[in-house]
Amino acid sequence: MKPSGFVPFVHGDAVPRRKVPILEIAEFRKALLDAIQGGQRLVSWSGHEAGDGSVELLAVLADDVNGTLAAAVTRVRDGYPSVTPECPQAHWFEREIAEQWAIKPEGHPWLKPIRFHAPYRAGASMPGGEGSPLPGVTDYFHMEGDEVHEVAVGPVHAGVIEPGHFRFQCHGETVFHLEIELGYQHRGLERHLRGGPDRKTVHYLETAAGDTTIGHATAYAHLVEQLASVRVPSRAQVLRGVALELERLANHTGDLGALAGDVGYLPTASYCGRIRGDWLNLTAVLCGNRFGRGLVRPGGLGVTVDAAAIAEVQKRLDALEKDLTSAVELLWSTNSVMARFEETGCVSRQDAEMIGLVGPAARASGIARDIRNDFPSGIYRYAHIPVGAWHSGDVFARAFIRWTECQRSIAFIREQLSMLGEGAVQVACGLLAPDTLAVSLVEGWRGEICHVALTDPAGRFAHYKVVDPSFHNWFGLALSLRNQAISDFPLCNKSFNLSYCGHDL
Amino acid sequence: MWRELKARMRQRYRTYDYPRLEPVLPVTFKGMPVIDPSPVANAAELVEQCPTGAISADPGQHLRLDTGKCLFCGACERACGGQGVRFSKEYRLAARARDDLMIREGESRLADALHREAARLFGRSLKLRQVSAGGCNACEADVNVLNTLTFDLGRFGIQFVASPRHADGLLVTGPVTHNMELALRKTYDAVPSPKIVIAVGACAVSGGLYADHNACGAGVGRLLPVDLHVPGCPPHPWTILDGLLRFLGRIP
Ligand code: SF4
Repeated sequence: MKPSGFVPFVHGDAVPRRKVPILEIAEFRKALLDAIQGGQRLVSWSGHEAGDGSVELLAVLADDVNGTLAAAVTRVRDGYPSVTPECPQAHWFEREIAEQWAIKPEGHPWLKPIRFHAPYRAGASMPGGEGSPLPGVTDYFHMEGDEVHEVAVGPVHAGVIEPGHFRFQCHGETVFHLEIELGYQHRGLERHLRGGPDRKTVHYLETAAGDTTIGHATAYAHLVEQLASVRVPSRAQVLRGVALELERLANHTGDLGALAGDVGYLPTASYCGRIRGDWLNLTAVLCGNRFGRGLVRPGGLGVTVDAAAIAEVQKRLDALEKDLTSAVELLWSTNSVMARFEETGCVSRQDAEMIGLVGPAARASGIARDIRNDFPSGIYRYAHIPVGAWHSGDVFARAFIRWTECQRSIAFIREQLSMLGEGAVQVACGLLAPDTLAVSLVEGWRGEICHVALTDPAGRFAHYKVVDPSFHNWFGLALSLRNQAISDFPLCNKSFNLSYCGHDL
Repeated sequence: MWRELKARMRQRYRTYDYPRLEPVLPVTFKGMPVIDPSPVANAAELVEQCPTGAISADPGQHLRLDTGKCLFCGACERACGGQGVRFSKEYRLAARARDDLMIREGESRLADALHREAARLFGRSLKLRQVSAGGCNACEADVNVLNTLTFDLGRFGIQFVASPRHADGLLVTGPVTHNMELALRKTYDAVPSPKIVIAVGACAVSGGLYADHNACGAGVGRLLPVDLHVPGCPPHPWTILDGLLRFLGRIP
């Protein structure tokens, strides 16, 4: 029988490639659009060489309500009718595919490069652009009229921060439109994952977005473990969860401090700056490195964590919780802070759904979406962290959500460490299943991290796709600036705090 | 106001009395590698496991380790059971010359001070412009952390400024992606002379994991003259601070 749609599967179960249906483009589009209409989400969509000169496009959908995933592929040569007009959340994926494979999504409303590199297909060029692309050089959305002016910022910014280019179309102080061009951080990471796993693979993923070392390393480890059919010892599962929540705490704390700093409220800014570093120090107690390098490895952990280290984390956790509470609660009771946070940079729930926001940014717009709850793996299958959501979609919501998540992460770590069992933390991963598809989802501190891999007949990676939460969310930042004073840009930007290198890879 | 004062009491005084007191590092911290003088039987295996080619062996199986490339992942140490190479807790890793990062058996060279004229110019006030050129935001984060209360970089007269025109030099992170090359060069050109360049992290020093990528260069040194190298992936904030102060002749 000819397959008629996407093949459903459970998160954590690898799928033999022969079971992934190859659909005609018309059928593929229809199945994809129907699924999105029905409330599913696009978590990954990417291309790879099909071998016959065409490019195979692999899409992975998530059904958050039922907790199932679905996949299908289609083959295209030069172009196909774009799905973005009917499914805006596909817009960035289609731009990425166009740039990487010189495949034109016909009718895409704003087809431009996202990373500014030459296509992977030899001799091809990005539709509309010939030769080697220059970073940031593209056809910007542009407004005309009296008193309309353009402000350009970056790639090098004023702070200690990664590079990106921002173009504002302003009328007086009011921003009508913000266009974000990235790609300055493009290191060509994904292409070097093919043929792996090898001695470099885990290090690539630990540095895909360095502030999300645990998140990406966990996604990678979980993917390999599916392909190798190994069960990770429970002590390792727990400690991975603890490390993931410590990473969330460090970054959320840093963001809360930075938000306070951006509205000129220095007490919280300086306290949180210090406390953030102390969360990183807790990760270093576990593994020696503040960012958790070397902690998560396929099959479990790369380090043995002794009882003294656990006791040290437990001890410091209590003090840090009190310090953090005292620092953050100042925000909510300070009128000058609240006046700047509330009703600044609003993203409506409808817009958030439409463009497929993830993580705290989605939850701040009222969408209770969280991988730890919807597609749990590892320890999260046994220990639930309640999902918080807030309705207002403004800077306040994005700040407040972070604070709720901090409190819940602390409670989770405390509980998990109090009942941590003894035992091994590592099992060996043998060869990976050949010709198989694996998908791995992790709720990193910025939101959904998705890794997708296809293995070849020898069990090596034939294709590896990383989707950092920033990939979904950069456009959310652009939306939050609409009709906003340009002076609110730093504040809005901090409230998203997205990754440049995680996007650019 | 009362709430703020209460919080202020709770938060206490947090600035660490560095360099008078030595920093406290976690027991599992990996700092300066120590190379064993005897030849290592499975040297080839160690070399094979290294993700960045940082460790190598001469024909006599004697190891050498380039901290400028090293991720401090410990794979080599585990493979030889600490017999050929082990990582000490020495956090002072920065060096002036790229060659000084090559560690052989015996002593390594710490960064020495700038020449007198430069120390006179920058020693009491150094303004830096930070440029991330493909950094993964770990180096950036641990540079940024120097501005927090714990380290309080400002008390040493070192400050990050918003414009290269106001800067005495650049602090660069990342392997230098092709897409950042022009921006980095322009930022460097905009810094008035005399100026310095500091490379922070394995990527900036040598390209690190990304050294052989088409989309990247192999570190800052390919593009600009580097005056100070700070190894690590990412370097610990104390490693960076030590490097800066040593460089300025502020600590011996
Ligand atoms: S610790 Fe350094 S030298 Fe040793 S294997 Fe890792 S990167 Fe290579």
